[in-house]
Amino acid sequence: MTELTNKKFFKKLLSQIPLILLFISVLNNHDFNYLGLKFFSFNFSYILIFYYSLKRSESLGYIYIFIAGLFNDVVIGTPIGLTSLMYLILCGAAAYLRNITLRPSLFKDCIFFLITILIINSLLFISLNFIFNYELNYFDQIINVIYTFLLYFLFSNLFDFFENYLVGRANVR
Amino acid sequence: METSRDDFVIAIRSAFLKKGTQQRFSLLGLIFFSIIFLILGSLNFKVINYVKLSINEIVYRSSFIVSGPENFIKENYIVVKNHINLYKENEKNKSELDNLRGKDLLNEFIISENRRLKNIVDDYLVKSDAVFAKVLSDKGSPFLKSIIINKGSKHGLNLGMIAMDEEYLVGKVVEVNYLSSRVLLLSDLNSKIPVIIEPNEVFSILSGTGKNYGVIQYSKKYEDIKSESIIYTSGAGSLFKAGMPVGKIIKNEFNEVKDGLPLNKIKVEFYSDFSQLRFVEIFSFTKKEAE
Repeated sequence: MTELTNKKFFKKLLSQIPLILLFISVLNNHDFNYLGLKFFSFNFSYILIFYYSLKRSESLGYIYIFIAGLFNDVVIGTPIGLTSLMYLILCGAAAYLRNITLRPSLFKDCIFFLITILIINSLLFISLNFIFNYELNYFDQIINVIYTFLLYFLFSNLFDFFENYLVGRANVR
Repeated sequence: METSRDDFVIAIRSAFLKKGTQQRFSLLGLIFFSIIFLILGSLNFKVINYVKLSINEIVYRSSFIVSGPENFIKENYIVVKNHINLYKENEKNKSELDNLRGKDLLNEFIISENRRLKNIVDDYLVKSDAVFAKVLSDKGSPFLKSIIINKGSKHGLNLGMIAMDEEYLVGKVVEVNYLSSRVLLLSDLNSKIPVIIEPNEVFSILSGTGKNYGVIQYSKKYEDIKSESIIYTSGAGSLFKAGMPVGKIIKNEFNEVKDGLPLNKIKVEFYSDFSQLRFVEIFSFTKKEAE
């Protein structure tokens, strides 16, 4: 009986891993700056949110994504509500792709992800630069988009492995 | 054609309006909510400000705890890196120390003379009580180069106070909460401070770049700026006291000037390594009362 309860608890904990990862990533703001790599930065939260909204929409609730966005705004110092808006647009794009896709493929997902993050980062750049008078480096944004896009392939496979073999959830798409 | 438009509308409606499994709110509702949050926040709406302050307090503390493992890796990485460069650095430090010992005696005399003269012209600024603060997290995000410190309005911190790392200027306080504050670093893109470049007494503006160096902007005498010139705060605008060391011009053979403008950006290396800040001293300056 105890073993069964432990198993249930462990499974429950595993299923909450994406949510824990999301909050860790927004609170920690991984950037690997200390490695001194000049042109390397990526947005892990975008990859996580897009993947889980697209393939396992029940894993991350929209309200948690909204709160994670608020936390991210506080951590990086952008106007509160802005990142939440971007995260939710990303969720919307993923949900739209889920609705129109009959035969899912990683390549198509990646292309759609690239278009979405380009739009999101443009919106972010425009609103921060022209509405809130923040000065941003355009080149850094492009680097961030490129690495986020490239790393989607890697993380998508990692998440697939995690969900299929560790959590044991079948792909719902 | 009509059918494909219908499909598009259905897909969009389903994505934004339909509540999915285990979703308590529709996406569109939350998007509206974040836009309202954003608008009210930019209008300085009181309720939003209180919400923001509460989130700040919670998030800054949680961020400190969550960043623990990554900070541990980061610190060890830096320790290993420093060990590798130890011998070379020691040799360099030895020769520098000999030089500095000689200069130090002369400096003491100049400092006391300067203090006396500034007192006479009523320009002597006194330091407020300094508050030492621990750096909770340093966020080198693409958006902001800032640090979060564990002192806030409860400890007497105010907006605009300056942050120092030993003798070097690192930034100013841009956000004050009850128990924590945010310091905008000099390396941030939005940081612009009036400076003086010595020797040759060139007044200029030092701007952050979002990287670990700054650039010299808006100067009239670019040709007088030489490699390895020292940058001090100029005291213009009364924000910073004059003469606080900030950094030095990076040795750059391409610092050529044509038609009064530099061909390349004049880069500044900060004296303080912002990625390794652990504690900072926070204070402000006020004019000394006439005796």
